[in-house]
Amino acid sequence: MNKFFFIILFFLVFLSGCSDSNIWGWYVIDPSTKSGWDNIQFLLGGFTSTIQLSIIAAIISIVLGLIIALPGMSDNYFLKSINRVYVEFVRAIPLLPMLFWVFYGLPVIFKSLGINISIDAFWGAILTLAISDSAFTAEIFRGGIQSIHRGQTEASKTIGLNYYQTMRYVILPQALRRILPPLANQFIYIVKMSAFASVIGMQELTRRANEIVVTEYRPLEIYTLLIFEYLILVLIISFFVRRLERKMGSNESLNS
Amino acid sequence: MNKVIEMKDVCKWFGDFKVLNNINLEIKQGEKVVVCGPSGSGKSTLVRCINRLEVNQAGVIKVIGNKLSNNKKVNHQINSKIGMVFQQFNLFPHLSVLDNLTLGPTKVLGLSKNDATKKAMKLLERVKIPEQVNKKPHQLSGGQQQRVAIARSLCMDPKIMLFDEPTSALDPEMISEVLDVIIDLANDGMTMVVVTHEMGFAKKVADRMIFMDEGQIVEQGRPINFFTKPKTKRCKKFLNQILQN
Ligand SMILES: Nc1ncnc2c1ncn2[C@@H]1O[C@H](COP(=O)(O)OP(=O)(O)OP(=O)(O)O)[C@@H](O)[C@H]1O
Ligand SMILES: [Mg+2]
Repeated sequence: MNKFFFIILFFLVFLSGCSDSNIWGWYVIDPSTKSGWDNIQFLLGGFTSTIQLSIIAAIISIVLGLIIALPGMSDNYFLKSINRVYVEFVRAIPLLPMLFWVFYGLPVIFKSLGINISIDAFWGAILTLAISDSAFTAEIFRGGIQSIHRGQTEASKTIGLNYYQTMRYVILPQALRRILPPLANQFIYIVKMSAFASVIGMQELTRRANEIVVTEYRPLEIYTLLIFEYLILVLIISFFVRRLERKMGSNESLNS
Repeated sequence: MNKVIEMKDVCKWFGDFKVLNNINLEIKQGEKVVVCGPSGSGKSTLVRCINRLEVNQAGVIKVIGNKLSNNKKVNHQINSKIGMVFQQFNLFPHLSVLDNLTLGPTKVLGLSKNDATKKAMKLLERVKIPEQVNKKPHQLSGGQQQRVAIARSLCMDPKIMLFDEPTSALDPEMISEVLDVIIDLANDGMTMVVVTHEMGFAKKVADRMIFMDEGQIVEQGRPINFFTKPKTKRCKKFLNQILQN
């Protein structure tokens, strides 16, 4: 339903642009003209960075999230606190300030420590997205793992498995089917948030749109296209998430 | 004969609630102890303290000569010598019957996949379900699942077996197939502690009966005396109730 709604909306907007109303000037991205074609190529070229950024950040976020989630399930108060503090703290920081802090602030700290690491826009954005998202992935992991009945851990203990083996062979394989769908959903969030990378100069979809807007003075057309670029990306991911959910759901009986 | 389980002045609280109240208990090698008592009397907790699924706050527990403490290594070592069978089976639902059985031997005992499989097959024959080897737990009946769980424990060559109401979650017609397996194991000389309300079974296998109430061992003795002339009122009342059903 959603998809149809948007597709109809798209055509309404697009058709009204093709009428001779003077609000719209689709010529900026008219592929039949040289400059329009160049603009389109430039704008669509942002997909590479946006996708790279999102995928790498998601991978780091997943690893980080798992590492943060594990102490959260311990009986040890100290370990538990580490998890809570991290999650509450990171979740509370808006993405943009964190991005500024990582990109402009972190290098100062590195420098004062005598570490010579410069953070470019690409890695600065990835780091920020990954950290910011990891608080959410950590909660997803924790929820998924804790949904597995305690008897599974106890049975593992009685056959002599240690903590790592219990996680690796017993708990995670079962938790995964509950974790994967929300994790994939979280990926959509990363894709959308990656737009913030534009403000530190990362040449992804949003940045490129901004640059064309500045030279062409056609914000309506360019940003309309931009929105549809994200829309397409997200719809594709949603499609796979939906399929994943269905597949995981049909295996649910194994879990009881 | 040497003692394999020794509990001395063991106490345990859940919050303010005292679940175990000064438990003193010694179990010899090869002995079969059946524990009974009303719901909430602490039977499960008692058994779970032996393999440290629950931690006692006071008192000392020794298993096969090793004192249980917070030393993870010692506990782990002892734990691999104690098998446990749960009321709810607790099989690994994502693994086949075979993989349920071979997980411990391959990962903990260091057996090759091949050797572990051979061992698993032998034990599946012992619990009389070798033909179910490739099924997933949810494809089996309750009785079959519980027998797989017993085989899974036996795969680790335990010295002691703990059973916490192994037949309570089963339909009546499946109870005996599980009890038969446990009786077979008892005849083999396994040391075991069984929490159960199956008194027919208890009469057959128990060397000693233990009656618990309100976190205490109220009465214990040989089955003949225990069933025919219980010393305490509480025990008498409990036995009357349970034998009526
Ligand atoms: N994790 C826990 N936290 C708090 N209280 C608990 C916990 N586990 C058990 N209890 C309480 O301790 C008491 C003894 O429990 P236990 O399971 O040992 O009894 P039981 O004799 O095995 O009973 P049943 O026949 O119902 O299995 C019960 O009152 C129970 O409510
Ligand atoms: Mg119980």
